[in-house]
Amino acid sequence: MAARDTKPAFDPDAYLSAGLGILDLAIDPDWAPAIVANLKVLHAAAELVASFLLADEAEAAPVFEA
Amino acid sequence: MEDLSTASAAEIASAVSTKSVSARSVVASTLERIARIDGRVNSFTDVLSDRALARADAVDAARQRGQAIGPLAGVPFAVKNLFDVAGLPTRAGAKINRDRVPAERDATLIARLEAAGAILVGALNMGEFAYDFTGENIHDGPTRNPHDLEHMSGGSSGGSGGAVAAGLVPLTLGSDTNGSIRVPSAFCGCFGLKPTYGRLSRAGSFPFVGSLDHLGPIARSVTDLALAYDAMQGPDPADPVETDRGIEAVRPTLDAGIGDLRVGVAGGYFARGGDAEAFAAVQHLGHALGCDRTVDIPEAARARAAAYLITAAEGATLHLDRLRSRAEDFDPAVRDRLIAGAMIPAPYLERAQRFRRHYRTAVLDLFRDVDVILAPSTPCRAPRLGQKTFVLDGVELPVRANIGVFTQPISFIGLPVAAVPVWLDDGLPLGVQIIGAPWREDVVLRIARYLEKEGHVRAPVAAFA
Repeated sequence: MAARDTKPAFDPDAYLSAGLGILDLAIDPDWAPAIVANLKVLHAAAELVASFLLADEAEAAPVFEA
Repeated sequence: MEDLSTASAAEIASAVSTKSVSARSVVASTLERIARIDGRVNSFTDVLSDRALARADAVDAARQRGQAIGPLAGVPFAVKNLFDVAGLPTRAGAKINRDRVPAERDATLIARLEAAGAILVGALNMGEFAYDFTGENIHDGPTRNPHDLEHMSGGSSGGSGGAVAAGLVPLTLGSDTNGSIRVPSAFCGCFGLKPTYGRLSRAGSFPFVGSLDHLGPIARSVTDLALAYDAMQGPDPADPVETDRGIEAVRPTLDAGIGDLRVGVAGGYFARGGDAEAFAAVQHLGHALGCDRTVDIPEAARARAAAYLITAAEGATLHLDRLRSRAEDFDPAVRDRLIAGAMIPAPYLERAQRFRRHYRTAVLDLFRDVDVILAPSTPCRAPRLGQKTFVLDGVELPVRANIGVFTQPISFIGLPVAAVPVWLDDGLPLGVQIIGAPWREDVVLRIARYLEKEGHVRAPVAAFA
């Protein structure tokens, strides 16, 4: 059994292949580099947002009433 | 007869109301100018000559009968082609949408402007499905910046900025999810208003990101923004997120001056990562307003990242079936971002929405000490058409993803913004955001109007040979 403290690196190419299957999407292989580039940007954005500590009680704002 | 083809909406409405000019002659002159000039700008995708002339005749007939004809009587306007226009498929900048059934009725905001006497003359070019900051459209060609035809108009409401700057119409409508009214207003040297989220009805417009989408006007004067905004307010059950607040007219207080309004200039994130002249434009207006206060909007970079995630995920969800069935018909730049966005794990999206509420609370606290915050609209002047990268603060970055760095953290929490054009020299203009607390469109427009009256901001018609 792998040690739990071994964090696997993000592999956007593998993630794209798996994601296409679960989403029932088909792409031209030529599109893959640009999609992978976008996945990397999104991953960086997600890490930045997720690194901010929020209280468990923090509510989402899916529809924002200013 | 006086030529009103490049006049302001207020001037046209006044002239039509006092019978110094007919609505028909205004519209005929507008249609002639569009035919003569727009081949170079490419801002219109549909020109509605018959409809507009018929509507103009109706306005003139009502005036002859002595009926009230409205505060925008005879004012030609045009809308980004994601607004429903009766009889047209709602294109939203997409090849795919041209197969849609024509709209049965006009969008709510079109109906409200026409109820105030304005006259719709056409639909406008835009970035595909509004996922764009450049004003370039792979299917319809780019809207060119009227002040320099080799440069971007900005997007995604590129046609809305281009048509106003070219003097084709005094008033347009656009949408703003992450900056799509404020960016073309900056690049094309126009005034824009992104109202508070939920303030104006979105009914009858093609969506992009439901939790971030706003609609609003672009014009060459602050008074025209106010006239249009007031005419478009009011509850609409057809938009489930529109506020049930009553109409809060801004025109009556527009010329009240700045009085004791407190102004802050955004520091930190909003004072780096752009060309020096973008920050010089903000400082210029800060000095004009006697501002000596710097405001730190906390966690703006994280807010932008969260807006980026929500946009990609919600946009992808909206278009998932089209990505399955017609992926090859998308603009590749839009398609590839949407496919990636479809793969964002739900916890990251939820985290972004939870962060959003936290950030909103923190930013609203700032408005205890100031009434408005000034920040750049864009990190630079309009890039050249087709330009893929630019260098900001010594770092080479992709243009498309980074034009909206200063607009995204603001629309993320729905704050009202008056976007105003600053001309520092003989080059292209820069934009400044005047950011207010929720529902204080009156305040941001008062500041904008003061700056306009004092000559610090202006939106000239581009010079065409």
